[in-house]
Amino acid sequence: MSIEEKDIKEAELFKKVEEFLQVFKKGEEFTHELLKENERLRFKIVKLEEDLRSNKKHVDNSQVNLLKNTIAQLEEEKNYIVNKFKEVESENKDFAARYVEVEEENNNLANLYVASYQLHSTLDIHEVLKIVVEIIINLIGAEKFSLMILDEDVNELVAAASEGIDKGEIPNVKIGIGVVGNVAKTGENFFEKDFEKKRDELKEPLVCIPLKIKEHVIGVLVIYSLLMQKKGFNRVDFELFSMLAGHAATAIFSSRLYAQSERKLSTIQGFIELLSGKPKPK
Amino acid sequence: MSSYNFLVVDDSPTMRQLITFALKRIHNSQVTEANDGVDALKKLSGNKFSLILLDINMPLMDGLKLLSILRGNPSYNDVPIIIITTEGADVDREKALKLGANAYVTKPIQTNELLKVVKEFLKINE
Repeated sequence: MSIEEKDIKEAELFKKVEEFLQVFKKGEEFTHELLKENERLRFKIVKLEEDLRSNKKHVDNSQVNLLKNTIAQLEEEKNYIVNKFKEVESENKDFAARYVEVEEENNNLANLYVASYQLHSTLDIHEVLKIVVEIIINLIGAEKFSLMILDEDVNELVAAASEGIDKGEIPNVKIGIGVVGNVAKTGENFFEKDFEKKRDELKEPLVCIPLKIKEHVIGVLVIYSLLMQKKGFNRVDFELFSMLAGHAATAIFSSRLYAQSERKLSTIQGFIELLSGKPKPK
Repeated sequence: MSSYNFLVVDDSPTMRQLITFALKRIHNSQVTEANDGVDALKKLSGNKFSLILLDINMPLMDGLKLLSILRGNPSYNDVPIIIITTEGADVDREKALKLGANAYVTKPIQTNELLKVVKEFLKINE
C-alpha cells in the first residue's frame, strides 16, 4: 500500500471516528436530556402524589365531618322524637287512667242519682221503705239486712223493713245496747273489718249506718250479709251509704210526716163537716 | 246510623232507671221498660227489640220463664238476652245460659261494664 492510499484510509478512518464521536456525543446529550426529563417527571410524580394525598385527606375529613354532623343531628332528632313519644305515651296512659276514673265516677254518679231520685219520688212511707230496700239489694248488693226505725215512745229501734230475714225474727234494739244500739246512740257508722269472721249475724252485723237528719238519728240500716258475688265494699258503696244516711232519713221522715198530716187533715175535715153538718163528698 | 231498641225487664224501678240511664248513653237508642214477664210479653208484641235485659226474680212471671218462652219463639231466637240478677250461684248461671241467655250479669251492676257487654253483642264501636 502506498503512502497516499494509507493517508486516504487514515482520513476516512478519522472521518468515521469523527462521525462516531458526534453520534456518541448526540447520544450522550440525549441521555442527559432523558435523565433530566426523568428527574423532572419523578419530581412531578412525587409532587402530584403529595397533592393527591393532601387532597384526599382534606376531602375525607370534610365528608366525615359532614356525616358526623348529620349523625349528630339525626341523633338529636331521634332523641327528641323518643322523648316526644314517651311524653305522648305517658299522656296517653294518663288519659286512659283518667277515662277509667271518669267512667267509674260516671257509674257512681248514675247510682247516686238514681238512688236519690227514687228516694224522693214518693211520699208514701211503704214505697219509700221499698225503694230503700231495692237500693240496698240492687246497688249495694246486700243479701240479708233490715231497716230499723226509732220508736221514740219506747226509745227502741224496731224493724220497719227487711230482706233475707223475716221482720218478726229481728228483735227490737234499745238505744246504746249492742252494736246496732250503739250506732244509734253515737251516730257513727260501723263496718266489720273481718268479713270472713264467724258471727252471730243479728248481734254482730257487717254494717250499721245511722239514718240521720242533721245529728238526730231516726233509724239504723243494718246489713247482716252480702250477696255471694259481693266480696267487699268499694268507693261507690261508701258514697251510697253516706247518701242513704241522709236522704233515706229525710225521705222516711217526710213520708211519715206526710202520712201524719194526711191523717190529721182527714180528722179535721171530718170534724169540720160534723160541726157544719155537711157530709163529706164521696 | 243504626238505631237500637232495648227492652229492660225488672220489677225494681231503681234498677230499670239505672239500666235505662246507662243504655241511653248509646247513640240512637230507645228503651222500653217492663216490670215483669207478663208486662214484657205485652211490650214485645208488635215491637222489634235489638236486645233484652232481663231480671230473674220478678212477680207474675219470672225471668227464666220469660226466657224459655222467648227462646221457644222463632221471632225472638236471634235477639240477644242478657240476664241481670242477684243470683250469683254457678247453678243459676248455667241454668240461664242453658235456657238460651247470651250473657249473665250479677247485681250490683257496674253500668260501664254492662254497657261493654251490650256493645259487644250489638257490635257497637263508640
